Amino acid sequence: MLSANLSGIFYLISGVLFILALRGLSSPETSRQGNFFGVLGMTIAIVVTFLSIGNFSNGFLVVLIFLLMGGLIGAFIAYKIPMTAMPELVAGFHSLVGLAAVFVAIAAFLNPEAFNLGSPGNIKLVSLIEMSIGAAVGAITFSGSIIAFLKLQGLMSGNPITFKGQHPLNALIIISIIVTIYLLCSTQSSNLFWVLLAISFLIGFLLIIPIGGADMPVVISMLNSYSGWAAAGIGFTLENTALIITGALVGSSGAILSYIMCKGMNRSFFNVILGGFGTTEQSALAKNKEKRPVKSGNADDAAFLMKNASSVVIVPGYGMAVAQAQHALREMVDTLKKNDIKVSYAIHPVAGRMPGHMNVLLAEANVPYDEVFELEEINNEFANADVAFVIGANDVTNPVAKTDPQSPIYGMPVLDVEKCKSVLFVKRSLSPGYAGIDNDLFYKENTLMLFADAKKMTEDITKNL
Amino acid sequence: MEIDPIIFRLSIFILSIFIGYYVVWSVTPSLHTPLMSVTNAISSVIIVGAIIAGLAGNSDTIFNNSSIFGFLAISLAAINIFGGFLVTQRMLAMYKKKKRK
Repeated sequence: MLSANLSGIFYLISGVLFILALRGLSSPETSRQGNFFGVLGMTIAIVVTFLSIGNFSNGFLVVLIFLLMGGLIGAFIAYKIPMTAMPELVAGFHSLVGLAAVFVAIAAFLNPEAFNLGSPGNIKLVSLIEMSIGAAVGAITFSGSIIAFLKLQGLMSGNPITFKGQHPLNALIIISIIVTIYLLCSTQSSNLFWVLLAISFLIGFLLIIPIGGADMPVVISMLNSYSGWAAAGIGFTLENTALIITGALVGSSGAILSYIMCKGMNRSFFNVILGGFGTTEQSALAKNKEKRPVKSGNADDAAFLMKNASSVVIVPGYGMAVAQAQHALREMVDTLKKNDIKVSYAIHPVAGRMPGHMNVLLAEANVPYDEVFELEEINNEFANADVAFVIGANDVTNPVAKTDPQSPIYGMPVLDVEKCKSVLFVKRSLSPGYAGIDNDLFYKENTLMLFADAKKMTEDITKNL
Repeated sequence: MEIDPIIFRLSIFILSIFIGYYVVWSVTPSLHTPLMSVTNAISSVIIVGAIIAGLAGNSDTIFNNSSIFGFLAISLAAINIFGGFLVTQRMLAMYKKKKRK
């Protein structure tokens, strides 16, 4: 049996290894090593826990069985999941962290002796506060992530669900959570503990339903952050350094990602959270506009333009993920490169449904990561490029964000696609994007609309090259 | 007067938030998806608490109403640990540099 001090030191080591795991992600070269540090840190934490309890009776076997069962399921999912389903997977994983936190909190509440927290009905006050915060945040993470998962998976409409009195209701529930925690701590009543869990599940659900599909990058990052805070709350209860460090790391990581995503849309965090973006007056505005002429072309025209170009910039968006066009796209680019045409990719921070979504898909299609650029790195290049190939992106290319202060997306950083000599825009129809506004780019002199499925169009262009 | 140990834990917590802040800002945007999946995996270190809960109830019986929650939490966290690290590894293996000609 390990002494408490020795196991404390090992938990610290695993916390440090987790820091190194995140540090490794600063570049793709060091990232694989980083992941290894993460695995090592986790292994140390688990082994030390077993050794410090020092109980290898029948219960140990049961623990191993449950561990292996979960491990097998996890490994199976990790190998089977297609890369396009990454956002759903991450949302699903968040929900599991949340639920695990809830279960640990319940176990600690029912059997506080096992954790040295006092006895049932007489739990140490500090521990009870930490425990109830961990449980509440865990429950919110769980139900919120379930909704995010259903929306991403398409099992639930991606449209914001809003109703009258939504915000006052949410505010009321949040206040009642705080009141319940206070009462729970003063009375130690187990009924209040269950009430707390129930209303926390409810608020998690209510907080996410008004948020629309394209705001999912913010939601996923936010839930990532919550799962960290829940882990930290439990870490305080268990007096475990590894858990506290990890919770803080994950919490701040998710918070930073939410900030980056909000900035990418030029919206405040609260604006996103309150939800219901671009559903009311904007759609009416779009209808009032008279029809403007657009130029449309076919794969042959597109191939001709590209063949005569010396540099092409590709702007992928969520539509590319939906059409699973990344492989077809890379084949097209290979053909272009054979003709000595310079190709680069431009990624907007909020392209896709989660941070870095496009980068993963392109990496899956064997696109080298040094051909893929972020908005700030590449925005000046558009003026020098001959052709911009927009595939599945829309709002993030809309020049209105720079010109029209009335527009809801005004001020949002956009890719300066219109500065290219010519723009090829692959899209199924002229319908507006998520923000519900018309894209001015469609009607520009130098824009050629390619109305088709992204994958099919890309394949046809390759044939014509 | 002695300092309550909770102050030490709070110090660790606050300092870790700062470490997290600086480390995560240095993560390259193209790796933000692996960042999410790996943070997912490491936050499942909550399994430590689940193991303690699972092993606590076996003086008379292995399964009591507290340990059963521990066992369930072990499985959930294990899904995340294995799934999170493996899927991260799978993603990171795809990030390749341009082939030198």
